[in-house]
Amino acid sequence: MLEDTAPILKARGLRYEVPDALLLSVPDLQIGAAGTTVILGPNGAGKSVLLRLLHGLVAPSSGICDWAKGVGPEAQAMVFQKPVLLRRSVAANIHFALARRGLDRAQRSELAAQHLSEAGLGARARQPARTLSGGQQQRLALARALARAPKVLLLDEPTASLDPGSTMEIEKMLVRAKAQGTKIIMVTHDIGQARRMADDVVFLFQGVLSCHQHAPAFFDAPATKAARAFLSGEIYQSEGLGA
Amino acid sequence: MEGFSQAFQTSLGLILAGDPYLVGIVALSLKISLAALAISALIGVPLGALLAMHRFWGRQIIVIATNALMGLPPVVVGLVVYLALSRSGPLGVLDLLYTPAAMILAQALLITPILVALTRQTLEPINDEYADLLRSFAVAGMRRVWVLIWDGRFGLLTALLAGFGRATAEVGAVIIVGGNINHVTRVMTTTIALETSRGNLSLAMALGVILLIIALAVNAVLSMVSQATRRGYA
Repeated sequence: MLEDTAPILKARGLRYEVPDALLLSVPDLQIGAAGTTVILGPNGAGKSVLLRLLHGLVAPSSGICDWAKGVGPEAQAMVFQKPVLLRRSVAANIHFALARRGLDRAQRSELAAQHLSEAGLGARARQPARTLSGGQQQRLALARALARAPKVLLLDEPTASLDPGSTMEIEKMLVRAKAQGTKIIMVTHDIGQARRMADDVVFLFQGVLSCHQHAPAFFDAPATKAARAFLSGEIYQSEGLGA
Repeated sequence: MEGFSQAFQTSLGLILAGDPYLVGIVALSLKISLAALAISALIGVPLGALLAMHRFWGRQIIVIATNALMGLPPVVVGLVVYLALSRSGPLGVLDLLYTPAAMILAQALLITPILVALTRQTLEPINDEYADLLRSFAVAGMRRVWVLIWDGRFGLLTALLAGFGRATAEVGAVIIVGGNINHVTRVMTTTIALETSRGNLSLAMALGVILLIIALAVNAVLSMVSQATRRGYA
């Protein structure tokens, strides 16, 4: 849909069904190599399902999800809405990601310290990870994802349960990651966050890809009625999937 | 009660003096139970991890069976091992009846279901919670088993201690397959049974005290483990 950068991802005819329900239908989606792509939509729009399909956590019922060479799921990292931290120290959570990159102990220690200080967790390296506050836990989860040195970083509502201050800290880390060339694909239902972060917006509504536009265009003149209604805060009722 | 207090005093004397006969029995008991625990852990922990990680046909049957086998009556285990090891039994050629090896086998059979069931109970919630994360990090196979075991380490230690406690306290199975032979297969519990019936209360009581101390030590470690758990590692 957006042709100005070479696509990093081409998805075609992507459908995800469970018995008696079609949860997601994305006939055609191309995501560019640069910037932050925000997947936006109300609750239940299929945003998380789309992200999980893209990352290969679930297999589509039909359709294909084609990543460019070298940026497939093995070169990606994902941050979940509820941070999943290992039952280890804060530093050991980062080491886990660094070890997956095949780094030796000395390299790991140096990089771990760096990642922790960038996440504002430098003083907490030895603390059990699961005793951190909610905001700190999500920062650690994000730092661990970044420690994988991913080409593509996927985030599923990373700030949905965080206060504004913690949200801001996460967003700062994301801005830094983007500046270092990491492609970011982020799910949110928060319009304000989408405005702050997005270079392009994929709008999902009731399980269907509604529109995909550059951020300024999307917020000025959303291409679909559903997107207009969502942005204006109206509750938009349609006849359901495919209507 | 005079006999009681006198016997108690004598028993403390035996313990404090490190009576060689007593020490021999305690050492043999610990050796047998630790060997049984090691064998059970090698079988039970991986099997429990397998049950925690995978959904396969017949899994629920194994889960129910291991849960039921946790309450296995020791004398029945003793009888089964006895029949297997006796001259006409399938393992008769090994000539293991009335040896410490037979007792290890019986105790291992008794506590393996405990380790399988407790390992599964410990690792299943961790596996469910980590499923997406580990897939995202492309952690699979033995590496994945190891992550689960390491992150479930406190729960697994609890399972091992529970198994060890059951093994040391058990009498019915080892007396059947070991035969309670002096200096060969006589362990703490079988000695207590024998010496009590013989009226030699002080030795029985000394062993009883040691068994109690072991149980206390096991429980002390358990409570330390649960405190570590509460400090945020589980």
